[in-house]
Amino acid sequence: MASPDSISSAGAAGGLSTRPGVLKRLLKNRSALIGGSLVLIFVLMALLAPILPLADPFKSNFLAIRKPPSELYWFGTDELGRDQVTRLFFGARASLLAGIVSVLIALAIGIPFGLLAGWYGGWIDIVISRFTEAMLACPFLILAIAFAAVLGPSLTNAMIAIGLSAVPIFIRLVRGQVMSVKAEDFVEGARAVGAGDLRLMFRHVLPNTLSPIVVQSTLFMAQAIILEAALSFLGLGQQPPAPSWGQMLNVAKNFMEQAPWMSVAPGVCIFLCVLGFNLLGDGLRDALDPKEN
Amino acid sequence: MTTLILRRILIAIPTLFLVSLMVFALQRALPGDPFLVIAGEERDPEVIARLREIYRMDDPVVVQFFAWLGQVLQGDFGRSLRTGEPVLHLILQKLPVTLQLATASILVAVAIGIPVGILAARYKGSAVDYSASALALSGLSIPNFWFGIMLILLVSVHLKWLPASGYESIFVDPWEAIKRLILPAFVLGNGLAAFLMRHTRSAMLEVLRSDYVRTARAKGLDEDTVVHRHALRNALVPIITLTTLLFGELLAGAVLTEQVFTIPGFGKLIVDAVFNRDYGVVQGVVLCTAIGFIVMNLIADILYIVVNPRLRTG
Repeated sequence: MASPDSISSAGAAGGLSTRPGVLKRLLKNRSALIGGSLVLIFVLMALLAPILPLADPFKSNFLAIRKPPSELYWFGTDELGRDQVTRLFFGARASLLAGIVSVLIALAIGIPFGLLAGWYGGWIDIVISRFTEAMLACPFLILAIAFAAVLGPSLTNAMIAIGLSAVPIFIRLVRGQVMSVKAEDFVEGARAVGAGDLRLMFRHVLPNTLSPIVVQSTLFMAQAIILEAALSFLGLGQQPPAPSWGQMLNVAKNFMEQAPWMSVAPGVCIFLCVLGFNLLGDGLRDALDPKEN
Repeated sequence: MTTLILRRILIAIPTLFLVSLMVFALQRALPGDPFLVIAGEERDPEVIARLREIYRMDDPVVVQFFAWLGQVLQGDFGRSLRTGEPVLHLILQKLPVTLQLATASILVAVAIGIPVGILAARYKGSAVDYSASALALSGLSIPNFWFGIMLILLVSVHLKWLPASGYESIFVDPWEAIKRLILPAFVLGNGLAAFLMRHTRSAMLEVLRSDYVRTARAKGLDEDTVVHRHALRNALVPIITLTTLLFGELLAGAVLTEQVFTIPGFGKLIVDAVFNRDYGVVQGVVLCTAIGFIVMNLIADILYIVVNPRLRTG
């Protein structure tokens, strides 16, 4: 008799591992390539910031307060004489960290609840779905602000707030995917050879719902970076003197006439990074879309 | 149709109940004792005890919840912990400011998003389509608070064409109001325009592929008539309902736009409340926004049933 694990989920739709051409298609996709390159640049910026010979991002230099861009300071200096380039590099760490951690929080809560709702249906589904709808009833940023107000202003709390406010999106997504995958023949096959609910959910169903989760996570990274920047811009995220792009803009808006350069570079970074994740997400969706195969 | 609408309304009730439960839980999760804020510097124990009694803090949580829910149902959303003013009063005071901005932004979004979406669908695969898609993607990726700062720098600081901040009611001084509205409405409308453009394009493409459009073309009608008289009408149905759903996006966007342009609206109310630790206002604003959003969802659903003949008769 076949063991539950020997029942392959290879025929199911949606599994990442079941698509040998995914990487090939991804590399051929122009938007994925541009997006991936932009993301890679920012990841390198964040990783290399402490290694590169950059100035101290925290150290004030009162002889260089609000200096315009020059050969010495490519993007100028801020209100405390700190080099903008250095702070942009270190700011990338805050933005990417916020994106990754909030996606992980949303996934860690969203996947189990989505699985439960989609797999068991009935009253479990009704309760989870109603809570999801109630959370979705509140606009994203307002919900994040409310959470940030409860948790207090800091980067960590901003990440938790962003992650929590994204939970309903992932619950809904996983629930829908699970409902369609659980009706597939291979699930019935695995059940027939004795697989229990947990094994079926985590070994057979979940791997086959990964494609849309990966796409949604990439697109949500873009949203999380904007949200972190927005919360920091409002003073509810990264706290000074630690740099983040949103927090740099929060300070820059007070010096729009005296030092307009302070506002330009952080915004360009947010825009390009978000654009990168949006392009990569779109490209991933095209590469993983069953209709494309 | 009436049964369908009634069913939609009934479905909204448990969602509203859960939203109120979540807002109540949020209030209880607040760090520290909120009454210390109201009690002021002296923190008189007698005052705090009296406040706890008024707010039924010593009752079981379930009793507290239903008592609070009863008040909400009577239109009492609580009071500002700072000023003692009713939260609903504060919200109603600020709402017209945000509604003025939201209306102008929707106009900007519709004026840009729908025509560009139609053009992109009509000339699919052409330079027009690619430019429109790039524009939409940029619109979705640009942080609107930064876009606002850039526009202030260019239009207000450098060119000195329009004021950089402030608010004026359209009913008091229309010209001044329009001058102060142009920049924030453009900033807030930009992201929504991108969203509308993408949806209009895909809705139009769907309709342009349908049989009746092919028949219209086969009858010898010119492309303009096919697009505007036959395809657009049907493509607009989902777009109209979608526009109603933009309400939530608008409110969230308004928080940041109002902050950049110093507009004393709904968004600024919640941000100021967070910094003043005025949890009563934060809670009231979240609840009001959620109720508004659910009602707008309901309107979108009903509108969809009303404009869709298949659902109307079904």
